[in-house]
Amino acid sequence: MSVSQVIASAHAAGESDDRILRYTLAERVNHWIAGLSYMYCLITGLAFWSPYMFWLAILVGGGPTARAWHPWFGLVFTASVLWMFKIWRSDMLTTDADRAWRKAMPHYIRNEDENLPPIGRFNYGQKLFFWLTVYSAILLVLSGLVLWFPEAIPWNLRWLRYLAVAVHVTAALASIGGFIIHVYMGTAMVRGGFTSIVRGEVSSAWAGLHHRLWYEQVTKKESEGK
Amino acid sequence: MSQATLEIRRISGHPGPVPGAGVKREEQVCKLVDTTTCIGCKACEVACLEWNGYTFSETVFNNSYQTMPETAWNYWNLIKFNEHEREDGTLMLLMRKDQCMHCAEPGCLAACPADGAIVQYANGIVDFQQDRCIGCGYCMTGCPFNIPKFNPDNRKVFKCTLCSDRVSEGLEPACIKACPTGCLHFGTKDDMKELAETRAKQLRDNYGFENAGVYDPPGVGGTGVVYVLHDVTNPEAYGGLPKDPHIPWVVRLWKGPAKWIGNLAMLFGVVGVSLHYLRYGPKQVEDRKHGREGEP
Repeated sequence: MSVSQVIASAHAAGESDDRILRYTLAERVNHWIAGLSYMYCLITGLAFWSPYMFWLAILVGGGPTARAWHPWFGLVFTASVLWMFKIWRSDMLTTDADRAWRKAMPHYIRNEDENLPPIGRFNYGQKLFFWLTVYSAILLVLSGLVLWFPEAIPWNLRWLRYLAVAVHVTAALASIGGFIIHVYMGTAMVRGGFTSIVRGEVSSAWAGLHHRLWYEQVTKKESEGK
Repeated sequence: MSQATLEIRRISGHPGPVPGAGVKREEQVCKLVDTTTCIGCKACEVACLEWNGYTFSETVFNNSYQTMPETAWNYWNLIKFNEHEREDGTLMLLMRKDQCMHCAEPGCLAACPADGAIVQYANGIVDFQQDRCIGCGYCMTGCPFNIPKFNPDNRKVFKCTLCSDRVSEGLEPACIKACPTGCLHFGTKDDMKELAETRAKQLRDNYGFENAGVYDPPGVGGTGVVYVLHDVTNPEAYGGLPKDPHIPWVVRLWKGPAKWIGNLAMLFGVVGVSLHYLRYGPKQVEDRKHGREGEP
């Protein structure tokens, strides 16, 4: 069945107005805890990163305040990412469907979604972003602990401070790259994505187009349940 | 604290050029510490506390005459005592007054992200401005001498000011004023270097210290504190004075190329997704559905 057929049949069956639950309330709350804490760390982190962006610290209470809160928000972000890891880990493993989809990724980028093989709840790009976020959060929190209390690092272990700076910067830049693409795709590019992480629901047509295997799995479960 | 009468050469975390830099050329000030005539009386330690308004605080006994293991946020001047065994088996008690070195190329200033929290005056003094300090501790990572110290109560970092408040009024630093043996001198860098070299030559020629010399490490562009050492080939023996100090390469990379590579990468990302939107636009499921609906 092609995508258009799925959508057409869904529509014919009167399912097109059906809303499918994509993210539970807990998932949504957690996503926004992660998102807001990340953005706080991003704004303050950029302020510490470059003199040309130091003015950003003024937006969140000034330099000393930004310095005091940045690590705490970092802990909040890490905790919520660890929770995501706990609940989404099994959904985020690369499958054969993902490998086929990855080969066809240029079509996805060019919005030729008809030419893409069907995939499950998350596509390969989302999975990449997930693992990038998990690993960078771990690196950021470990190096961040050293940067939080540099005075606690004895002088003969000062290489730890240097290592922490290098790791923190690298992981932060990598996560910013992922963040830019994630926000762009979630808001501007993939219409319906933003609503799904706010209200939790997507249309059958959306699910059928973007995550057909997941859609079939969910609808099958539902019809079996009836 | 800020000395309005002193010209400024460098400012930490400052976007763009330093206002007023290079208007006036000034003599470089310098402390000379002759470790060979120090008697370890600690008059300089007391004078430093007195002038800067600190009281004596709790310390740790380390089985030596040394007041505390290292300088503290409220103890900027510390004589390091080290027993040193010479090749012939005789002992020397090496005493070195430890304090901020006032590097010509200061690692603390390079690492600091807060606009104006660290300044370097045209006379070479490197001074912290606590009202601008955000308490991040990057200066502690940038310093090759373990000098900036964090005050947990007000979350600011402190260190020796080279008595910039006294120097700006034409006075010598408090430690110099208090020294009873004349092992401490204060003047221009050129004069102090000359005096130091004269003393080192004296030690080599007349006292049998073949390796006597002047410590003015070029890795940090030279320092505003120079030492005369009995053995300049082994500065580590003087309480861990680094042999070839320089700003850690991680810090230089972080504050140099990494900054511009990172900024360009972030800019690329934003421009990239914007171009993608202009070229391909959004994925709209509803449009597709309605488009298909019209088909037979």
